[in-house]
Amino acid sequence: MAISLIPANRKMKGQKVSIEGDIKVVRGSILVKRGFAHMQKHGVIMDVTNVEQAQIAEEAGAVAVMVLDKLPYDVRKAGGVARTAGVKTIEEIMHAVSIPIMAKCRIGHYSEAKMLETCGVDMIDESEVLTPADEENHIWKWEFTTPFVNGAKDLGEALRRIEEGASMIRTKGEPGTGNVAEAVNHIRKMNKEIRVLKAAYLDNDYQEIIKLAREYMVSMEVAMEVGRLGRLPIVNFAAGGITTPADASFLMKLGCDGVFVGSGIFKSEDPSSRAKAVVLATTFYDNEKEVLEAQKMVDEKKSLVGLDTKNLDLRMQERGPSV
Amino acid sequence: MTPFLKVGILSIQGDIEENSNAIKESFEVLEIEGTIIHIKDFHDLDEIDGLVIPGGESTVMGMLLFFQGVQTDLIKKKIQEGLPILGTCAGLIMLSNKAYDKTIGETKQSLLKVLDVTIERNAFGRQQESFESELDIPYLGERRFNGVFIRGPAITEIGNNVEIIAEYDKKIVAVRQNNILGTSFHPELANDNRFHTNLVKLMVEYNRSKKRT
Repeated sequence: MAISLIPANRKMKGQKVSIEGDIKVVRGSILVKRGFAHMQKHGVIMDVTNVEQAQIAEEAGAVAVMVLDKLPYDVRKAGGVARTAGVKTIEEIMHAVSIPIMAKCRIGHYSEAKMLETCGVDMIDESEVLTPADEENHIWKWEFTTPFVNGAKDLGEALRRIEEGASMIRTKGEPGTGNVAEAVNHIRKMNKEIRVLKAAYLDNDYQEIIKLAREYMVSMEVAMEVGRLGRLPIVNFAAGGITTPADASFLMKLGCDGVFVGSGIFKSEDPSSRAKAVVLATTFYDNEKEVLEAQKMVDEKKSLVGLDTKNLDLRMQERGPSV
Repeated sequence: MTPFLKVGILSIQGDIEENSNAIKESFEVLEIEGTIIHIKDFHDLDEIDGLVIPGGESTVMGMLLFFQGVQTDLIKKKIQEGLPILGTCAGLIMLSNKAYDKTIGETKQSLLKVLDVTIERNAFGRQQESFESELDIPYLGERRFNGVFIRGPAITEIGNNVEIIAEYDKKIVAVRQNNILGTSFHPELANDNRFHTNLVKLMVEYNRSKKRT
């Protein structure tokens, strides 16, 4: 199997089958949606709020851009309700760069997501950075042709989002703080939990797998798949607080497939060299000399000062439905 | 006796592991011993018997290759001398002479320019238009091949020595120019390794001819 297609057999309204000539053409299939996420691997996805930033990101080697109205750091400062970005801004960016465009919608906000899909973005991020619109439900993502990325703090959360149809997972971290500590916690926790499932799978201990599936509130099918693969069945990126090239390299070493950088780049005072440096450090994450070279490209005095994650007024990672 | 193959995979960005799995499975099918070398720059090219450029973002791969001031002349020379190479999607764009995009015109991106074709990037549209479809590819045999197109490019012009391998909706989506194979779709995602197996066969020949000279 080239990429994992588990969980399978869900009713997929977002999958469009058509007969063109004498051949069958399928859009929005699980393979095409997850395949898109696989193409982002080993890359850096950058948060941008306007065309100028999107162009800087593309030139620096970003694999995609994530459009939002305010960077997470500014969302914290502004308070109030954070919603999806302006459609005009998204369209302008779609016309200005050739790399994929992603955009954030509020957790559970089906119509905001449908609007982004109709607008033509390449991937939708159902994000805790924006104010959740539904405290009970996440979006049922199988109804979309456009793939989704969701945040997760641990394995259970990641698997529940996958069962709802997410095509990509990212750690939640604590966005807009400039502090990677929470992202590190989340990926370490996931890795630890995956190890337990893998061990149960290798021992053929079905009782243990069922118990773990119950604990995570997911199907046996998806728990078995994690045990078999020894990793998440879909691409898993790091996100939340990444600021320097060394941060990116660290999270790649912990087993992430790529990184999202939010406020870290465009809230610093050296965005374009920093963007390039983070891309280099992500590609060459296991080459210490290259990471050092990348780190030389940024000035620590120009980094986002950051916030202490222990005394925050708003912990974004804890927002939204708990199940 | 079959040689021990060393297959390079350009490991800058994209679906590197999926290509490496497809190559490993091809080794098994052909009962060949071999290993995968992840290449991030072009220093240790002499060792390899073939190269795969995976899918991903061509702008990123180009930027990172040329940013480092890597000797791309070296790889070009190798390919012209017969090093078998497969480029899928972004890899195809990297190999091409020229690439353009409907919305932003000819792209300024850096290319290797070894395959005599012109590419239209995202020719089938954005991600929503990405699709999978069964293709007739005589080069691979009678059984149809599941083409997985993800924001895929199309080939709009080809040189005299370029052979068309597959078409979809009157657009050229796979070509061969001697030792160079290029596809708009992702054979590494298709769960069908015939493209990679053919590439490995070319590598066996290349390895033998290398030893003779």
